[in-house]
Amino acid sequence: MIRTAYDAVNAARSSEKISTRRLINGLFTNFFELHGDRHAADDAAIVAGIAELNGVPVTVIGIQKGSTMDEKMATHFGCPEPEGYRKALRLMKQAEKFHRPVITLVNTPGAFPDVHAEHHGQGESIAQCLLVGTQLRVPYLSLIVGEGGSGGALALACGDQTWMFEDSIYSVLSPEGYASILWKDAHRVEEAAEEMRLTPEDLLEDGIIDRIVPEVKDDKSMGQLRQQMISEIDTLRQTPIEELMAQRHERWRNF
Amino acid sequence: MTSKFETPTPSELSQRTDKIPDNLMHRCPICHQVMTHYQSADKTCPNCGYGFRLTARERVEAITDTFEEIDRDVTIPSRFDDSLYLQKIERAKQATKLNESVLTGFASINRQQCGLAIMDSHFIMGSLGSATGEKLTRLFEAAKQKRVPVVLFAASGGARMQEGMNSLMQMAKVSQAVADFQAAGLAYIVVLTDPTMGGVTASFATQGDVILAEPHAMIGFAGRRVIEQTIKQAPPQDFQRAETLLAHGLIDAIVQRVDLKQTLSQLLQWHQVKEA
Repeated sequence: MIRTAYDAVNAARSSEKISTRRLINGLFTNFFELHGDRHAADDAAIVAGIAELNGVPVTVIGIQKGSTMDEKMATHFGCPEPEGYRKALRLMKQAEKFHRPVITLVNTPGAFPDVHAEHHGQGESIAQCLLVGTQLRVPYLSLIVGEGGSGGALALACGDQTWMFEDSIYSVLSPEGYASILWKDAHRVEEAAEEMRLTPEDLLEDGIIDRIVPEVKDDKSMGQLRQQMISEIDTLRQTPIEELMAQRHERWRNF
Repeated sequence: MTSKFETPTPSELSQRTDKIPDNLMHRCPICHQVMTHYQSADKTCPNCGYGFRLTARERVEAITDTFEEIDRDVTIPSRFDDSLYLQKIERAKQATKLNESVLTGFASINRQQCGLAIMDSHFIMGSLGSATGEKLTRLFEAAKQKRVPVVLFAASGGARMQEGMNSLMQMAKVSQAVADFQAAGLAYIVVLTDPTMGGVTASFATQGDVILAEPHAMIGFAGRRVIEQTIKQAPPQDFQRAETLLAHGLIDAIVQRVDLKQTLSQLLQWHQVKEA
């Protein structure tokens, strides 16, 4: 069976998809969660803290959708609020101070669109993540777990490398939004998905992402992803910092 | 001819309206004040101060003493070959006499030297294309070399969908250039104009050392329609207006268009780099 782009969209959104929290517990040991943006709130959509990857302390920042209805309501189905991005920002700076690599796990339809978010500077909080993220003087690796929705995803994926799961998508807006804006018809979503080049294969070919990793479905596949992360973080850590920064600069400058 | 006290026929009505010049009257979209063309000669509403949307060239005229454009030849990369999109670009180029949705260069504003970027909402809604990002990045790089501040007039609907992820990547690319520029101790001043939305708000438009806005400019991240669909009710009328952003601490000041040149030159003067 040939997989269409719309199949990829559905697979990325599937409720069978591994949760960010399970992924954290499988990839890292001794995860200690840190809460709050130190200004106003603790956004449940962003789960973050310190953990060990093969004995090396790292800062982990993930976007989670939640599994129960209560959790989904609390995380707005994985749509962070400005307070969530500010928590991420705080922990990125903390990671830099203590020379910890940053690993982000992204699964979001996009930043939450509501009046509260607008009043609290949704745009500005994402803009700060871009400003700080591209300059962060520690290794910074991102994995798109399911949906990589627009600026809300890019905010946590502007470092040294971006990886994607086989069943994930990354796009400038949702295929529904694309169809509705360009053709004034939200039902032409399959056609939109096809045209948008949002699958991991397309994005790798276009040079937007760096690697496609197999879906984590069991202990074995978890172990394999873990090995890939250990090896890449190791390489990035051994790169002299000025060289790492120059590589990252070139990566983004070339777009 | 019918007496003037009788109801005119449709053809008489049409003859009369033909004599009225086009664009004689304007209505302010904010306060609904009706004004003649002459009353709004500076393209602001005499009642509420709203600044009507300017083209980039009009803005240059209004704000600078001298202006030297750079990167006139930067245009969309050849990998974008969709014919409908290329036609759209062509039409925008002809309508605006710009090569992209931003005009960049070096200017003097009341004798203060600066790099200047002006986005034009008449060019595909000022959307952020690859060439827009490239022109902005080059401006920050060049201004860093010259060691002068940068002023940016934001006006954009956000990312450019036709360029997909390449458009999204411009947000990070320009942010990186802004970070490099600011790390060199140089000032970046933003003026948010109507409208500034989406990916532009979520990147370089809100990274300024000083952020100004024009009265009543619409500024936000998510579009009103998207928010309505999410919360299933209409947001307050003024929730993405400059005045609301000021009240929530998101911008530094709202400046009337008539004061803008003076305000910018004062800010620039305070932030010029004095070389040892």
